[in-house]
Amino acid sequence: MSIASVNYSSNGAVSPEPEFPSAQLSIRNVTKVFAGKRDIFSKLSGKTSRDFVAIEDISLDIEPNTFVSIIGPSGCGKSTLLNMVAGLSPVSQGEILLNGSPITGPGPDRGMVFQNYALMPWMTVEENIRFAVETVFSKLSPKQINRAIKEQIQLVGLEGAEKKHPHELSGGMRQRVGIARALAINPQILLMDEPFGALDALTRGFLQSEVERIWEQQRKTVIMITHSIEEALLLSDRIVMMTRGPAARVDEILEVPFPRPRDRNTIDQHPAYHDLKAEMESHLFRETRAVEESRIR
Amino acid sequence: MAVSQPTLTKTKGANGSAPWLNENVKALGLFIISLVLFLLFWEIGANLKLFAKGMPTASKTLQELWWWSTHPFFDNGPNDLGIGWNLLISLRRVAIGYFLASAIAVPLGILIGISPIAYKAFNPYVQLLKPVSPLAWLPLGLYIFRDSEKTGIFIILISSIWPTLINTAFGVANVNPEYLDVSKTLGASRIRTIFKVIIPAALPNIVSGLRISMGISWLVIVAAEMLLGTGLGYFIWNEWNNLYIPNILVAIFIIGLVGLILDNIFGALEKFVAFGRKA
Repeated sequence: MSIASVNYSSNGAVSPEPEFPSAQLSIRNVTKVFAGKRDIFSKLSGKTSRDFVAIEDISLDIEPNTFVSIIGPSGCGKSTLLNMVAGLSPVSQGEILLNGSPITGPGPDRGMVFQNYALMPWMTVEENIRFAVETVFSKLSPKQINRAIKEQIQLVGLEGAEKKHPHELSGGMRQRVGIARALAINPQILLMDEPFGALDALTRGFLQSEVERIWEQQRKTVIMITHSIEEALLLSDRIVMMTRGPAARVDEILEVPFPRPRDRNTIDQHPAYHDLKAEMESHLFRETRAVEESRIR
Repeated sequence: MAVSQPTLTKTKGANGSAPWLNENVKALGLFIISLVLFLLFWEIGANLKLFAKGMPTASKTLQELWWWSTHPFFDNGPNDLGIGWNLLISLRRVAIGYFLASAIAVPLGILIGISPIAYKAFNPYVQLLKPVSPLAWLPLGLYIFRDSEKTGIFIILISSIWPTLINTAFGVANVNPEYLDVSKTLGASRIRTIFKVIIPAALPNIVSGLRISMGISWLVIVAAEMLLGTGLGYFIWNEWNNLYIPNILVAIFIIGLVGLILDNIFGALEKFVAFGRKA
């Protein structure tokens, strides 16, 4: 099933072999089980719980310089998958390879953008980025570090806000800092966990366009988790649709053929846009309905 | 014109009769009125001998307050010492005991908070010792140190250590896990994470603990000094032996005022380290 899901592509585009040589990141038969509580204290207090299989046997290959979105019903283990790629959460079975070597823990080769920004409130914008740069490039001279910080601030358009603290910024500006911090360490892969989920609709649209602009400049490999179909279509080269949890799997992988640079106002004029959108909507609708029904029972 | 007229009156009415009469001005007015009423009640009641026998009048107490605050520093031996000296003696004891307590509690709290096992293992000690009345330590202190000065400092230390310790350990143990994830994904070393992330993140909790500890130190010193020989607490005890109530009231007022100032300093410090977070 997992191999089929990798090879299957709704648009009929040729999919890579399972052992695709140029894959930068390859997720192989990964399963995530959250262990239940069965220790002596839990037994005494009658609070034992069973193991929970969040993700079952997922395989996925991601080529360099692709923007991949993962979309699925809520609670399907999208974030769990991303955390495993980040190395924040261990893999129960299978393995995740980055450039052919397995991921054993977190590291600066992967940059992470958090849904709730996760900026340090006591650091200014500049200090937040400096913390990342100094941690990863501890051998650089102060001059080089300052230049790297300035570059990132310019890239995300935060000039003038360097000395502000996060609580003085809007949500959109905070997430710009989050993105700048993740890019400042020059990671091979950028991981984004619902980066626009906490923003209002207008800011979200604006920031999506900004991410599209930044991506055109750097073309990093990106894995983004999202709930928004439009967002996925605007930004991604491939869209991974996951089934509902528990034991979530990859249901289908869509290739998004729109030319770049993309414009949010004209993207829906592409002939394939509405078919792709309809397909994603029906998938998400079906999965979400199943989730809701299982909750009622 | 006829239409705009009523709207104008209505806005004026909604804003209140006068713009300078805002909430703060009203609160100040109420404060002054209540204070005047209280002093009048006290003055008249004391003159009519409504209270306990020998209760001083408000005017007599205020005179004493004026005298003691205009003559703070004189020294006619231990039983006749200016209130300024007594205040400095008390503050010095508090400062030493509190500083020692904080110097132990903050690092220890960080160590306990970092390890969940240590947190669970040491929590019973703290919970057991925290509710013990400071005065219960007094005989032990006197026995160990055989010295009233050292005993005073010891009592301050032992009673002001717990709030800082508990708050520091709690703050460190409950750092927002996202900050730690950021640190992990950057590959920051453990030491760097502790100094750059965990301690600053826990700082609002640490300062809250320090504030509570300071309040407790100031409570405890007065009680302890009654048995020790100098300081504000002894001043009260001495005036009790002289059976001179106005000076006791003066001392109560000064103790309250100094406590208020100390608490406000820490309140300002709390705001300074909050950065938009709620403590």
